Amino acid sequence: MDVVPLLKQLSETRGIAGQEAPVRDFIRTTWEPFLDSFSQDKLGSLIALKQGIGPEPRPKLMLAAHMDEIGLIVTGLEQEFLRIGRVGGTDARVLLGLEVIVHGTRDLPGIIATRPPHVLSRADRKKAVPWEEIFIDAGLPEDEVHALVSVGDLVSIRREMAELKNGRVAGKALDDRACVATVTLVLEQLARMKHIADVFAVATVQEETGLKGAMASAYGTAPDLAIALDVTFGKQPGTPDAETFALGAGPTIGLGPNFHPKLVARLKKVAGHHEIPHAVEPNPGRSGTDAWAIQVAREGVPTALLSIPVRYMHQPVETLDSQDVERTARLLAAFIADLQGDFLEELTWGENQKESE
Amino acid sequence: MILKALSEARGVSGDEQEVRAIIRDAIRDVVDEAKTDTIGNLLAVKHGTGRDRLRVMISAHMDEVGLMITGHSSDGLLEVRSVGGLDPRVLPGSLWDVGPDRLPGVIGIKPIHLLENGESEKVADIENLYVDIGATGKNEAQKLVPVGTTGTFATRFREMGPTVSGKAFDDRAGCAVLVELLRAVAPVTCDIHAAFTVQEEVGLRGAHVAAYAVEPECAFALEGTIADDLPKNKKGTSPTTELGKGPAITVMDRSFMADRRLLALVRDTANELKIPYQIKQPGVGGTDSGAIHMSREGVPSITLSVPCRYIHSPVALLNLSDFANTVRLLQESIMCLSRDTLRREQ
Repeated sequence: MDVVPLLKQLSETRGIAGQEAPVRDFIRTTWEPFLDSFSQDKLGSLIALKQGIGPEPRPKLMLAAHMDEIGLIVTGLEQEFLRIGRVGGTDARVLLGLEVIVHGTRDLPGIIATRPPHVLSRADRKKAVPWEEIFIDAGLPEDEVHALVSVGDLVSIRREMAELKNGRVAGKALDDRACVATVTLVLEQLARMKHIADVFAVATVQEETGLKGAMASAYGTAPDLAIALDVTFGKQPGTPDAETFALGAGPTIGLGPNFHPKLVARLKKVAGHHEIPHAVEPNPGRSGTDAWAIQVAREGVPTALLSIPVRYMHQPVETLDSQDVERTARLLAAFIADLQGDFLEELTWGENQKESE
Repeated sequence: MILKALSEARGVSGDEQEVRAIIRDAIRDVVDEAKTDTIGNLLAVKHGTGRDRLRVMISAHMDEVGLMITGHSSDGLLEVRSVGGLDPRVLPGSLWDVGPDRLPGVIGIKPIHLLENGESEKVADIENLYVDIGATGKNEAQKLVPVGTTGTFATRFREMGPTVSGKAFDDRAGCAVLVELLRAVAPVTCDIHAAFTVQEEVGLRGAHVAAYAVEPECAFALEGTIADDLPKNKKGTSPTTELGKGPAITVMDRSFMADRRLLALVRDTANELKIPYQIKQPGVGGTDSGAIHMSREGVPSITLSVPCRYIHSPVALLNLSDFANTVRLLQESIMCLSRDTLRREQ
C-alpha cells in the first residue's frame, strides 16, 4: 500500500475526540482485507484481530494508535458569529485565518475570523488573540446560522494534506493518523507472514481528551503485552535539542517508567538486527500517550511506545517524513514475526518462580 | 465569476504577471486599447460616445500581500520577510504556494506542549518563522527556491451562499468590479482609462506612474476594504465598514481626502436609485487614490470599496450583493459624470 495517499486520506478524514465515526469507518474499510474479525467497544475504539498460528493460549499483543484528533466546539452564538472552545490541546495561536467545517445540522464552511492589522494598535498586533475574542464566520445571515448551528456542535479544521519534498507531508491530524497508517502497513505485512501471537490492532478514541479509549480498550482486550504508537516532537527551530528528534531518522523507542525494559530491549534488538534506523527517547515520567493508560490496565500490561517525529504538533501543518512511517511499520512487523510464546516469561523479570503446567 | 480566477492567481507586489494575464484576457474584446507600462501596470482605454470626452481614470490594484524568500537555513527551511502589511498573527499554521510552480510550503511554530510561561500570549516575529517545503539541506532549498521568490497563501475560492471567500480580495475584488464595468454594455460618454495597478501594498507605486501617464481629469479607485464588524468586547469600536450594507464610500482615509463634487455625485446617484451604501469610517487605511490625487497638478479623486472581512489574512469574505451594488453604483455614477460635475464649486 502506498503510504502517502493513505496518510492523505487519514489526515483529511474527520474524527474529533468523542465523534470519531467518520475516521473509524474509513479505518475499518481499509483494514478489512487483512483481518479475521472486528469489534467496537463501548467507548467507540475499533478493535481488530489478526489471529496468530501458535498453540492456544496464544500470547495477545495489543497495538494501539489513537484515531481521534483535536478540534473545536461551538460554545456560543453571537449575531451571525460562533464563539468557540477547544477539544483537546488545540493551539489558539494557529487558528486565525483558518478554514473550518462547522458540523451543524448540516456541514457548513466557516472561517476563523480575524480583525485586520490596519485597525489594531502596535501592541495588539504582537499579542496572541485570546479564546474569548476568536469567532467563526459561516458567511451566512444571523437567522440561518441560528437555525443550523447549536452550542456543542463540533468544528473541524479544513485542510488538505500537502505533499512536500523528499516524501515529507504536512497536514492536520497526523497526530496520530500517521500511526494509524503505520498499523495499516503492519497488518498488510502480517497478512503475508506467519506469526505466533494474536495481534489486536486497536484504533483508540479520545486520546486527546485524556487517554480514555486506551484505558477502556486495554481492559477489554486484556493483552499480555502492548505497543502504543504515537508522534513525538520533530526537530525544528526554537525547540530544545534534547526533547526533539530528527525527521527521516526513523521512529523513537520510548525509555522510562512507562515502558517495560525487556520489551524495550527487544524492540531495540529487532531494529538493530533489521538495520532499521531509530532513536531512543528517554521519558522520565508521564508519556502522555496511550501507553500511559495501557500499562496500568487490569493487573498491568508490559508496554512499549514507538513514536514518529512530527514537526509543529497540534497545528494544521503537522509535518513528518513518510519514510519514518514505513520504517516504524517494518520494525513492528519484524518484532511480531520474531515473537515467540516464551517471550512472555522474559517479561516476568525472571524473579518469579515458573508456574507449573 | 472572474473573482474566483483573480483570487486564486499569484500576485505578490512586484510579481503580478499571473493576475495581469487573466485581466488582459478578460477585457481584450471590450476595450479599445490595452498596454502594459514599464512598472507592470495594465492600462486600458474604453472610449465613450460623446465629443470632447472627459478622461476618467478608474484604478484597482492587482498586487496582494505575501512573502518573499530571503534565505535558507542549514536544515533546508526558507527564511522569509513580509511583502506589504502581512499580519504576523495569521502566519502560524498557514499553507503557502511558493514560486511560479506553486511548491507547497507550511509555516509552523513551537508546539504548544513545549511552551514556557508567557510564551503562549506572544506572536512570533516573522524573523523567527520559516517556510518548510520538505527540503533537507541548504543546497537543496537554494536550488528549489532561490532568494527573491515570492509566496502566496494557498487558498481556494469558495461560494458560501450569500457570500464568497478567498485570498487577496484586497484588491482582486476591486479588479473584478473594474472588469465587470468594462464588460457592461451600457454606453458612457466619457473615456474610461482603466488602470490595473501594481505595488499598491508596498506604497502605491503603480498608481503613481499610471496616473502620470493617463493624466486624468478625475479618478475613481476601487478597493476591497476593511470590514471589522466582529463582536467586540470594547463597546463603541467602529467596524470601519459592515458586510451586507452596500458599497463603502471613502470621505477621508490616511492617504487622501475625497473630492467633494465626486462624493456628491456618487451619493446622489445612490440615493436616487436606492442603491445601498455606507460611508467608510474616516481615517482608516489608504488606497491608490493617495497617489492619484497628487499626480501632476492634482486629480479630483474618490474611492469606492467592496467591504471585505479578514483582508491581509489567508481567507477573506465578501457579500455578493455588496459586490453587485458596487459595480452598479460605479456604473451609474459614471453615466451621470460630465465635465459639469467638476465645474461645480467644491
